[in-house]
Amino acid sequence: MPGLVRNAHADTAFSTTQIAPGIHIRRGVDEDVTPHNDDAIANTGFIVGRDAVAVTESGGSLRDGERLRAAIRQVTKLPIRYVLMSHVHPDHIFGAGAFSQDRPQFVGHSLLPRALAQRGEYYRKRLEQVLGPGTAGPVMQPTMLVQDQAQIDLGGRVLELVAHAKAHTDCDLSMFDRETQTLFPADLLFVRRVPSLDGSLKGWLQELSRLKMRSTQRAVPGHGPPSVDFAAAAAELEHYLDSLLVETRQAIAHGAEIDAAVRTVAQSQRNHWTLFDDYHGHNVTQAFKELEWE
Amino acid sequence: MGMTTGIRLPEVIASCAFAWIACLPAARADDEEAARIARWVQVQRAVFADRQVLDGASVLQLEAPQRALDPALVPLTITMTGGKPVKGVYVIIDNNPAPMAGHFVFGPAADPRTLKMRVRVDQYTDIHAVAEGADGRLYGVAKFVKASGGCSAPAGSEEGTDLGQMKLHLIDTFTAGKPMQAQLMIRHPNFNGMQMDQLTRYYTPAHFIRTIDVSYGGGQVLHIDSDISLSTDPVISFGFVPRAKGKLKVAVRDSKDQSFEHSFNVPATGLVPQGA
Repeated sequence: MPGLVRNAHADTAFSTTQIAPGIHIRRGVDEDVTPHNDDAIANTGFIVGRDAVAVTESGGSLRDGERLRAAIRQVTKLPIRYVLMSHVHPDHIFGAGAFSQDRPQFVGHSLLPRALAQRGEYYRKRLEQVLGPGTAGPVMQPTMLVQDQAQIDLGGRVLELVAHAKAHTDCDLSMFDRETQTLFPADLLFVRRVPSLDGSLKGWLQELSRLKMRSTQRAVPGHGPPSVDFAAAAAELEHYLDSLLVETRQAIAHGAEIDAAVRTVAQSQRNHWTLFDDYHGHNVTQAFKELEWE
Repeated sequence: MGMTTGIRLPEVIASCAFAWIACLPAARADDEEAARIARWVQVQRAVFADRQVLDGASVLQLEAPQRALDPALVPLTITMTGGKPVKGVYVIIDNNPAPMAGHFVFGPAADPRTLKMRVRVDQYTDIHAVAEGADGRLYGVAKFVKASGGCSAPAGSEEGTDLGQMKLHLIDTFTAGKPMQAQLMIRHPNFNGMQMDQLTRYYTPAHFIRTIDVSYGGGQVLHIDSDISLSTDPVISFGFVPRAKGKLKVAVRDSKDQSFEHSFNVPATGLVPQGA
């Protein structure tokens, strides 16, 4: 049941898909930010409960968030009480400003304020260099912090929140909808789009194992198709991360420097992921920095 | 010798740390070329005054990635090709706020053939490696590197409890009198004072390594005057010639006048590089 909202800027219509009862997801594009895509690259969406709405991800720019808000208003008039800020990356935080008027709780990891303090303004400026002045939107601050676990209730519909240890970033927040057993791992799960490592490689593998312990009907990855089988998708990601871990360790043990490791590590993964050449070398560099001190 | 901070040049701190900004318009190529040459003339004068820098193609080579994957960690390899005996090497990142990344002086126990290091690159720039020959002359080579944001990009804020910790990898096996390559790793944030905490609007205070001295069996291997352009947790590879089994000693002094010293057995005892 896709909802359609026309917009003046993007070439294509903004559309969401209902992947489970009350869960509407907009698929992000598998691109980097360009002046033409409004940084709409993450999977965004919302969950409708009996009394209220939660935004699962707000989008990558103010405009991206405004379109999501319009899409919500085509589906329901219920108040928007929660907006998740799944981690600090720009494609996941700059849509939040579109929801200020709803006065929701902006929900984030307890370390998100620190990460936003370090990078938020920097990201905003860089985003406006691409999208144009005044287009990124404000850097919103979370108003509800999750230190370990928390719950929010949309009226008989409980969403469980988990603040993760350093993994994709140092402030990853995941969510689980009990009613439909749908997991929202955000960028702890990349599907088809090559993952980007900005936290801890070993931590990411650990947090994936933790997420797998729960029985899950489906998952909404941060990037990729709007609904996937979690175990299968996580296995592919683990395969990538494992290759990165094992082969980077091997390169270090053989005395290779970072530049050599970038050319050799996990090259077998190249054909499995889009944007591989844009991010993989950076991932190897991050992995190398983490593992060379073991 | 610790003169490098004196040549900090005014500069617009530019650009971005992430691949997602790779689509910024580039200046026209010929403008760029002229600007690069003008910049090098300026930097050269600041560093070497009236000394001429000759073409160093027959003396040394510089390897650097054309496009850096992480602007805060750009690996460089400098190889002395043997055309001239070399006393030391200057590494200069023309468009960085403090262009001089390091001055490496070889001692009698050095094998000066290969030097490796990791540097920050703040914007598209030429990187120069200038060797000082035993004849007192300067020989330079350059590589253009596309990277930006390596200096001003926000860094993790924690200064770890492991400050000054070191590791040494011996790349080759020990044979008395035979040159050996070693990789030295030092835990140090090497904050350059340019990362702003966006909440407090204060810059993280500069805290960086000023000198590194490496000796073996009492003989100097390497003296390094460094500055803010070395990456966080500096990693430097160099060669030395162990006449007999002994200890490689490393002494580091930073901008807060803290000193860190470690010594490592050569050949390494009871230490095997960990691997999978």
